[in-house]
Amino acid sequence: MMEQELQDLRDHVLVAMSGHVLSSCDEKGELIFTVKRDSTVHVLNFLRDDSSCLFKALIDICGVDFPDRDPRFEVVYQLLSLAQNQRLRVKVETDEDTPVPSVTGIFSSAGWFEREIWDLFGISFSGHPDLRRILTDYGFEGHPLRKDFPLTGYVEVRYNDEQKRVVYEPVKLTQEFRSFDFLSPWEGMQQLLPGDEKAGNSEETEAGEE
Amino acid sequence: MAERQIRNYSMNFGPQHPAAHGVLRLVLELDGEIIDRADPHIGLLHRGTEKLIEHKTYLQAAPYFDRLDYVAPMNQEHAYALAVEKLLGIEAPPRAQYIRVLYGEIGRILNHLLNISTYALDVGAMTPFLWMFEEREVLMEFYERVSGARLHAAYFRPGGVHKDMPAGLAEDILAFVERFPQIIDDIENLLTENRIFRQRTVDIGVITGEQALDWGFSGPCLRASGLPWDLRRSQPYDAYEEIDFDVPVGKHGDCFDRYLVRIEEMRQSLSIIRQALESMPEGPVTVDDRKISPPSRSEMKNSMESLIHHFKLFTEGYHVPKGETYTAVEAPKGEFGVYLVADGTNKPYRCKIRAPGFAFLQALDFMVRGHMLADVVALIGSLDIVFGEIDR
Repeated sequence: MMEQELQDLRDHVLVAMSGHVLSSCDEKGELIFTVKRDSTVHVLNFLRDDSSCLFKALIDICGVDFPDRDPRFEVVYQLLSLAQNQRLRVKVETDEDTPVPSVTGIFSSAGWFEREIWDLFGISFSGHPDLRRILTDYGFEGHPLRKDFPLTGYVEVRYNDEQKRVVYEPVKLTQEFRSFDFLSPWEGMQQLLPGDEKAGNSEETEAGEE
Repeated sequence: MAERQIRNYSMNFGPQHPAAHGVLRLVLELDGEIIDRADPHIGLLHRGTEKLIEHKTYLQAAPYFDRLDYVAPMNQEHAYALAVEKLLGIEAPPRAQYIRVLYGEIGRILNHLLNISTYALDVGAMTPFLWMFEEREVLMEFYERVSGARLHAAYFRPGGVHKDMPAGLAEDILAFVERFPQIIDDIENLLTENRIFRQRTVDIGVITGEQALDWGFSGPCLRASGLPWDLRRSQPYDAYEEIDFDVPVGKHGDCFDRYLVRIEEMRQSLSIIRQALESMPEGPVTVDDRKISPPSRSEMKNSMESLIHHFKLFTEGYHVPKGETYTAVEAPKGEFGVYLVADGTNKPYRCKIRAPGFAFLQALDFMVRGHMLADVVALIGSLDIVFGEIDR
C-alpha cells in the first residue's frame, strides 16, 4: 500500500517537473529527487503547493561533502507532508563557488538551516536575507564540516592571566592525533599489498618479464 | 512640556541569564518595553558533535546522542539506533522494542517535568520547580537501574538495548505510575487556574497551525496550534503501533496551550508506560547476530569465538552497508531526526542531527515581535529550548 503511494507520488512529480528533476530513486522506502540547482525554488514551490503533494513543512536542510565528486557538495532538503503522511528528500549539487538559490521565500524555516550550511560547509545561498555564521565562534575562520578540515581544528583558546582576556593560539596536542585504519586486513585482500606502492612502475616491468 | 524624541535601543539578554535555559545570547531591539526584533545568537555550546561522529564507529557515536538534549537522553539515542538499524536491515526483538517505548516515555515525562517546572519558575512560581525535581530524581533512578547512569545512559544500541531490565524494576515503575497522577494533579492545582500564571501565558506568543508548519515546528508546540500530528501515531516505530494513546491538541497556539498539551502528554505517557509494562513479552533484548551485538560476558569466558567477536566489535565495530536514511522519532520536544549517510565502512560518512529546538528558536523572532520584554521569558520557557541539541 505504502509502496504504491510512493510510486504514484514519484510518477506525479516526475511528470510535472520533467526538465527540472535530474534523477529520482527510492531507497529503503524513502523517496529522493535530485534536481537542477537553478530549479530548486521552482521544485520546492511545486511540492509545497501542489494538491497531491502538500509538503508544507521543510523539516531540515543539510550539506554533505564529497571531496572526490565533481560538484563537491550536496545540499539535502527534507520535506514532510502532513496531509499525505509522506516524507521526501530533494538533493541539489553544488561546489565551493556556485551559490544555491535560497528557499527562504517559500519556507520560513530555511533561514537558519541555510545559515548553518554556510557556516559549516561554506556553501553560499543567493537571495538569503541574512547569511551570517551561526554555530561557530565570532570571528571563526574555515568551514568545519568539510572533509579537509581537521577534527582538532586550527586554534584553541585559553585564558591569559597577564593580558586578562581569552587568547587564541594554534592547537598544540600533547599526544599526536591517532586515527586507526580498520579497513585493510579483515575485509579480504586488497589489490595493492602494503609496500607495493613504493615499487612504482617496476611492478609492471616485472609482470612484463614473466 | 516639549515633545521628546525616544530612541530605540538594543539590549543583550544572556548569554548567562537564568531564564535563557542555557547559553542563549539574545540581542533585543526595544521600543520602550515593546520588542521590535530579537536576534538569537546561538552556538555558545557548539561541540562539533556531527564532526566527532564522523570520526567514531557506529557504536561509539551513540553516547553523543545523550549529550544533545540532556533532559531526555534516551529519546535521542532512539532515533540514532533506529537509523542504524534501518541501514543494517535489522529489527530489534520485541522485548527490546517495548523497553525502548517504556524508556522513551519515561524520557518524555522527565522532559516535560523539567520544562513545566522551569517555565513556571521563569514566570514566577517557585514551588512546582521544587516538587517536580524530586520526581525527576525518581525517574532518573529508573534510568540508573537499567543503564548504570542517571543521565548519559548509552542504553539504546543499534540492534536493541544494552541489557535486560533488572528484576523488580518493572514493579517499581508500575508503583510510580500508580502514584504519579496525584503529582500531576498537584501541579495543575498550582498552575492551571493560577491567576498570575494565566496572565503571563494566555494569548502570549500565538502561532497558528499554518505558521507553525512554515517554521518547521513539531511536537507539543505544533499540537498546541491545533494540528494533531504525532510521529508515534502517524509513522509508528518500534512497538508504538500496538499501543493505544490519545494525542492532545491545543486550540489557540499560545504559551498556555503549550503548557496544557504537555500536562496531558504526561498523563498519556503514564498510560503508555502501563501498557508497555503489561504487554512486554519475554525474550532477548538484542538481535541474535554476533556481528552486531556483543556476546554475553559468560560466553566470552568460555568461547574463543565469542572473545574474538567482542574484541572486533569494540575496536573495529561493524561495517554498515552503503546507503542513507532520514529517521525521525517523536522526541519530547518534537521531531528529532537523524540523517545518516553510510559509505560501507565502520564510521558514519555524515550524520546530520535535526533538533526540534533549532526550529523553535528560529521562530522566536517572529513570535516575540510586538510583545513586552517580560514575555520573552515566558515564550522561551514555553518553546522548551535546550541548548545541547540546538548547538550540537
